[in-house]
Amino acid sequence: MDDGLTGLARVRADYIASLRQRRLVGGVVLILFAALMATGFVLANAENSGGFWRGLPHIFDFPAEILSEAARKVGELPGLLVHYIPALVETLNIAAIATLIGTLGGGLFSMLATPGLALWPRAIPVFRRIMDLCRAFPEIVVALVLIYVMGGGPVPATIAITIHSVGALGKFFSEVNENADLKPVEGLTSVGAGWLQRIWLGVVPQVAPNYLSYALLRFEINIRASAILGFVGAGGIGYELRNAISWGKGRYDAAAAVFILLILTIMVVDQTSSALRNRLTKGA
Amino acid sequence: MAMTDAATLNTDDLKASVARMFARKRRVALAVPVLIALYLVYIFFAFDLPGLAARARLDNAAILVADSYSYKTHVTLDNRADQITVAIEGQRKGTYAKGTEPDWVKIAGDTAVVTLPRGAKVEMGPQGMHFTVPNYGEISARIDADNHVVADLPPGPVPDWISASNTRLGITTPYGRVNVTRSKTEVFRYFLGWEMFFFTLDSPYSGLSIGQLADAVLTGDRIDPNRGNLAGMWQDFWGNDVWNHGNVAKAMFETMLMAFLGTMSAAILALPLAFLSARNFTPLMGLRFGVRRVFDFLRGVDGLIWTIILTRAFGLGPLTGTLAIMLTDTGSFGKIFSEALENVDERQIEGIRATGANPVQRYRFGVIPQLMPVLLSQVLYFLESNTRSATVIGAIVGGGIGLLLTQAINTQKDWEQVAYYILLILAMVMLMDWISGLIRRRLIKGK
Repeated sequence: MDDGLTGLARVRADYIASLRQRRLVGGVVLILFAALMATGFVLANAENSGGFWRGLPHIFDFPAEILSEAARKVGELPGLLVHYIPALVETLNIAAIATLIGTLGGGLFSMLATPGLALWPRAIPVFRRIMDLCRAFPEIVVALVLIYVMGGGPVPATIAITIHSVGALGKFFSEVNENADLKPVEGLTSVGAGWLQRIWLGVVPQVAPNYLSYALLRFEINIRASAILGFVGAGGIGYELRNAISWGKGRYDAAAAVFILLILTIMVVDQTSSALRNRLTKGA
Repeated sequence: MAMTDAATLNTDDLKASVARMFARKRRVALAVPVLIALYLVYIFFAFDLPGLAARARLDNAAILVADSYSYKTHVTLDNRADQITVAIEGQRKGTYAKGTEPDWVKIAGDTAVVTLPRGAKVEMGPQGMHFTVPNYGEISARIDADNHVVADLPPGPVPDWISASNTRLGITTPYGRVNVTRSKTEVFRYFLGWEMFFFTLDSPYSGLSIGQLADAVLTGDRIDPNRGNLAGMWQDFWGNDVWNHGNVAKAMFETMLMAFLGTMSAAILALPLAFLSARNFTPLMGLRFGVRRVFDFLRGVDGLIWTIILTRAFGLGPLTGTLAIMLTDTGSFGKIFSEALENVDERQIEGIRATGANPVQRYRFGVIPQLMPVLLSQVLYFLESNTRSATVIGAIVGGGIGLLLTQAINTQKDWEQVAYYILLILAMVMLMDWISGLIRRRLIKGK
């Protein structure tokens, strides 16, 4: 270089130059991002049937209507809450079964897709792709198609959520498996254990706490999914919510009861599972 | 079991306690599968699985599967008007104009000869219908003076793929289907593929091969005198009013827009709030507690309920979906970010402070760089999972591909379009998964 700088001055000049360039790039990226967000919101707003600024003052109108009507008919609320318990139980059952089968299926797939544990090492990519595909299916797609074939009821939603759970849990479980210590497996191999025995006695005890923790998290997610699927026609509390809302004014006490049950359930499960997960992963 | 003194160690006690422990473990190991089995039995009846077999419509499933990869062309003879029409899926948009019928239908006046695969053939006209079925024989049908359908079958028992009464004759064969009623005679011939995916029949470009189309684009002889070939093809493809490619593309864009805007705005909202709920940045316990309950509330109310509430205020459309995703994820992000903030290394902040940095600089250079990996990887993870949520939310707020999907399923006949949308959604989710994985690896695991 012929700018006459030497030693510390040269290092400093280089540093300032690279810093300036990085700040420039950062600034440009930031401006682009802000512009993208702004245009995005303008576009979304233009496509919406009601505008953002027109709707903003009314955001609490609906909750207020529901709450005031529920407050007026507070005497009927306990009865309504009890009335909707079976629907809530159905939603919880859908989520529980989907989580249970998802955990078993995801566990099996993840074992078959982890190098060092797989029964058929050559088939590892096949099982990985199967899990990817299961994960990619949005629940609503499977549920709506199955409702057409099987009629309404909890089964279509269960199958839909199960498929997604197998894929999602399988992915998390594979990551857990990769951190498992292979020495117990080697030991079991040396005494002539079969594949199932190696997995069941050598791997499962190591990974079980992490598996359970992910399964609990998935149960939480599945309750929400099962409520949403109910709303698009698959039974359970979501379906009751949709009906309660479509009855409109005068029957908002029913909607309030469903809201209360749903929010309470999600919060209770959320808190319980997070406490349990803390115990599982950090040791009791 | 507490052994206070080695001298009192009694091997029998130890053995007994170990045996008890094993027995307990065995009981637990047995109890868990038994409980699961009992629960499954309960579910078996609670979900009414025995009744499912009766409710399941396997014929629906067969239609669905067949329709998703094949289509049928109807050749219809109207018995009252003595008029013959050829239409793909019986749709008005798929009706062949007079004289342009496919070559497997020969129309002469009010009679038609329909050639089906593998030697099967149907002749129909005002005097009746003749169906030549290979390996079976000839089936004839006509409408008699009493306005009854009279079927004439080969001798022998009536096979179960023929249903005959005096109002209707239905014949289902692997070569095609024939229905005769008093008012009309219909022949269905099945083809593989998605009908009119590129051009509808009223487009001048339909029925041309890829070679012919490419040739038309290159040589420049205008097929439609009013439009250039390429422009015309694009107009007819994009505006194809059976498949609505333009609308589908817009719906996909809306879905991704909801996911992107919802995730990003949630992250932007959650970041400052997370500082307020982190123990090491907000000493005020009341404030911290309040912000945390806000996060719990946002998450606990759940996307579904937010969607319903917001729909009432903002109407139907992608903005409502965006805001619903934003509110739910602000809660989730807030919780994750504040946990990450509580785990930051204080020494880096000390170092920045030692250089005389003000609080803003301390956050910018001491905290944000530590938070960045967690923040980015979570945002990318949520972006991918919100692409899926946006499909479902779209079905509720009436925007995006979710709406198209529910509409196509509810009409219960356009299963080829359902299959098309499902493929698009899968491709979109997998693309997002791939992109987010790529960025995550580049940004976090070393550049």
